[in-house]
Amino acid sequence: MEYEEAKQKIVEGLTKKLKTKSKFYFNDLAKIIGEKPRVAKKLINQMITEEVLEYWSSGSTSMYGLKGTGKQAHSEHED
Amino acid sequence: MAKHETPLLDQLETGPWPSFVTDIKREAESRAKNEKNVEYQIPQDCCDDLLGVLELSYKHGRTHWKHGGIVGVFGYGGGVIGRYCDQPEMFPGVAHFHTMRVSQPAGKFYTTKYLEEICDLWERRGSGLTNMHGSTGDIIFLGTTTPQLEETFWELGHNLDQDLGGSGSNLRTPSDCVGQARCEWSCYDTQAICHDLTVEYQDELHRPAFPYKFKFKFDGCPNCCVASIARSDLSFVGTWRDDIKIDQEAVKAYVGGEFPSNGGAHAGRDWGPFDIQKEVIDLCPTGCMRYEDGKLEINTPECTRCMHCINVMPRALRPGNDKGCSILAGAKAPILDGAQMGSLIVPFIKVEEPYDEIKETVIEPIWDWWMEEGKNRERLGELMKRQGFQKLLEVTGFKPDPRMVQEPRTNPYIFWKEDEVEGGFDRDINEFRKHHQR
Repeated sequence: MEYEEAKQKIVEGLTKKLKTKSKFYFNDLAKIIGEKPRVAKKLINQMITEEVLEYWSSGSTSMYGLKGTGKQAHSEHED
Repeated sequence: MAKHETPLLDQLETGPWPSFVTDIKREAESRAKNEKNVEYQIPQDCCDDLLGVLELSYKHGRTHWKHGGIVGVFGYGGGVIGRYCDQPEMFPGVAHFHTMRVSQPAGKFYTTKYLEEICDLWERRGSGLTNMHGSTGDIIFLGTTTPQLEETFWELGHNLDQDLGGSGSNLRTPSDCVGQARCEWSCYDTQAICHDLTVEYQDELHRPAFPYKFKFKFDGCPNCCVASIARSDLSFVGTWRDDIKIDQEAVKAYVGGEFPSNGGAHAGRDWGPFDIQKEVIDLCPTGCMRYEDGKLEINTPECTRCMHCINVMPRALRPGNDKGCSILAGAKAPILDGAQMGSLIVPFIKVEEPYDEIKETVIEPIWDWWMEEGKNRERLGELMKRQGFQKLLEVTGFKPDPRMVQEPRTNPYIFWKEDEVEGGFDRDINEFRKHHQR
């Protein structure tokens, strides 16, 4: 899959769900892109580098979200 | 004069053991005096506030920390764990108090110069408090603010040739025992493979795409000094295939009391004369040893490499010459519940650079399976339980082996499949009835 197509799918998919949640597991993103994990990882990494997505980590688990979305960005004064 | 009253914490210092409270107080005092004129980049009184918030937590019986967040260094999905205090007005020094994990060197060998440098860095850019080391093995930097994360990372990378460790759904910093550097029992070079895999799997270490955490640990021998068998998803335990090497003269010397048993480790008390029958032969878990007419014999096919006899008589017994490792999968040691030991997947494999066989036939097929089939927050050991050990054998291509089973009729995970049975599972009932009455 081309990067731009994957990016569009991710932005659309995550924006649609923004009302209910802002952080997603890697597997959720791989499903949206419709690729196997290793291929999806390359595309998702590029989205991180381009700051479309950002990491969220509890320390034990990692999640992904659209950059700047979600409650935490505001509540921690980091947006 | 302390910034906050801490009567409950003070009580912790009254026990017979060294106290972390004393350590934090000492650092708080040192920061207040600042005799070295350090240009502190985070609040100078952060350690005082840390004591304050801890005291309040003891008083309330609940935590005042929130954990997790979007903090990190650019491009890395691990190595930084966001910590925020939920009483920032009361304790502004620890309002943001993030943890950084720094990759420890293989075998945890340091020069004093290096230790001084990392401590100086953390004194200036963080709280000055460290954990040496966290459970996974990393150097843990405790407490800094968000703007200091990139600065600290830059200095670690550029001045100290150092990288962040793993956290979150990443490969965690691989860890190993001291290995052949200081231990003659080590059956392979634990530091070499630990370093090689750390470098090879940088992407897995820093960019989270696993369902959950994943740990490698390397033990040079079955004494398992880093407890890989109990707490790593993939555990590499050194072992050997041939006979334990016996020096019969040295055995006699132990029996005669010339050498202290266990290298003199239990010499603090008089245990009486060494009794080889009671202390070695009778304690062999498989009963594969005997000592008769001044000669020690070991029946190698029965030996499980438990290391007991070697530990007791290190001068007389040594691991064999044909050395490698066993690989076990699926261990985990969560804090709350569900601890699980590793299951044997590879009974014996040679550990030789560039470790292609280990990477291509063990690590990568297991990751591919777990990444595709693992549920969110499911460790490898849980997936193995859910889908069965048989599935793990299928994805890795390893043949079932009696050594994977604890004893007959337990671990019944090896089943026949229909296409492996002649004639399949269907039968001609009429043909059957010809020979068997109802």
